[in-house]
Amino acid sequence: MIAVIDYGAGNLKSITNALDFLRVEYKVTDKPEYIKKADKIIFPGVGAFGDCIKALVKKGLFKSLKREIGKKPYLGICMGLEVLFEKSEESPGVKGLSIFKGKCRKFKSKNLKIPQIGWNSVEIVNKKSSLFKKVDDGSYFYFVHSYYVDAVDKKVILTKTNYGIDFVSSVERGNIFGVQFHPERSGEIGIRILENFVKC
Amino acid sequence: MLAKRIIPCMDVRNGRVVKGVHFVNIKDAGDPIELAKEYNRQGADELVFLDITASHEKRKTTIDLVEKVAKEIFIPFTVGGGISTIDDIRAILNAGADKISVNTAAVENPELIKKGAKKFGSQCIVLAIDARKNEKMPSKYEVVTYGGRKPTGIDALKWAKKGEKLGAGEILLTSMERDGTKLGFDLGITRKISEKVNIPVIASGGVGKLEHFYEAFEKGKADAALAASIFHYGKYTVKDIKDYLKNRGVIVRE
Repeated sequence: MIAVIDYGAGNLKSITNALDFLRVEYKVTDKPEYIKKADKIIFPGVGAFGDCIKALVKKGLFKSLKREIGKKPYLGICMGLEVLFEKSEESPGVKGLSIFKGKCRKFKSKNLKIPQIGWNSVEIVNKKSSLFKKVDDGSYFYFVHSYYVDAVDKKVILTKTNYGIDFVSSVERGNIFGVQFHPERSGEIGIRILENFVKC
Repeated sequence: MLAKRIIPCMDVRNGRVVKGVHFVNIKDAGDPIELAKEYNRQGADELVFLDITASHEKRKTTIDLVEKVAKEIFIPFTVGGGISTIDDIRAILNAGADKISVNTAAVENPELIKKGAKKFGSQCIVLAIDARKNEKMPSKYEVVTYGGRKPTGIDALKWAKKGEKLGAGEILLTSMERDGTKLGFDLGITRKISEKVNIPVIASGGVGKLEHFYEAFEKGKADAALAASIFHYGKYTVKDIKDYLKNRGVIVRE
């Protein structure tokens, strides 16, 4: 069973529709006990960094995730990626899960529309990644975000994307994955990413 | 690089697609689910579903339909038409839409944008603006509501900026003069708004040939272009448009 984390801020219908399509068993939950029981975790986070962390702490999910991430495969989507880092410019003073070293930075450019909304391509840095199995370099994914992760450890960089600057659009370390884009809204190629995760 | 988006729009009335129903290569021409699947197959970057069902009793049918479409396509899906309360927004999002678009209701109650954005996030609030030429307005365009029937006295550019400030995540700009004419998008107002707001602008209304899409991006500075009948009539597929744009150097998702 895959635990799909719902901390009450977002609409999870698109991710559950995609999991239904893949015919996998999942449980939408905000309970640490299900995260413990689950074989895998998907966290399709939305909202602001600070609010998200606060909600995780309040529900006992912060400790639960710290404990379980690494023990079982984890896929963080959008905010579910960002919370894996130490902090974010979005919410100064709020401590993230700190699974990865580094922080989330805001896009800064006068010529860019922020948030980045739309389809952008990824350059696959880690060619051996199981998450990107049968996914072509340069594939397009759907992004909606104002912040990006600045990873200290460059070895965790899975893909890069250009939006004014080259930023890290996904990370991987062992069985911990985080993607800035929305695989559940990225058509067939996005479904392949989810399928690769489900099978890992 | 971020790709320019091509967005087919379906006007749905009582469960059927109604605008320019002359589809050739599709079995059930007016069925929104079949059409959504077809556009998805052709490589549409997003899909807009505009509910123009007149009576409120039929809302339940719309929700059911949105639910069915959302199960079939895994690309961003926007639903508009008749959304005027936070509960309406919630119901549509719960049915599987990623974004909702508000038009008349937002003009009459701008707080709807603010509350909706706060509750569900700016990324799912699309402000649809219907604009019509009016020389008396500072931007020379006036916002009209009720499908173009009611002039509001509000300047289109001013409203776009206000919408952004209230929390809208995108602007869907339709030129009332051009809608259905096949003369091309109204590039003037599209560019004016796109350059003055920091959120994506979707150009809509008037597309009739491939070049119009190119103009919307290059001259109109739009981030996305929306069309209905050009797709419904089967004149061009999404792929035809993207191939054309790619040849002219526009970045599109393949």
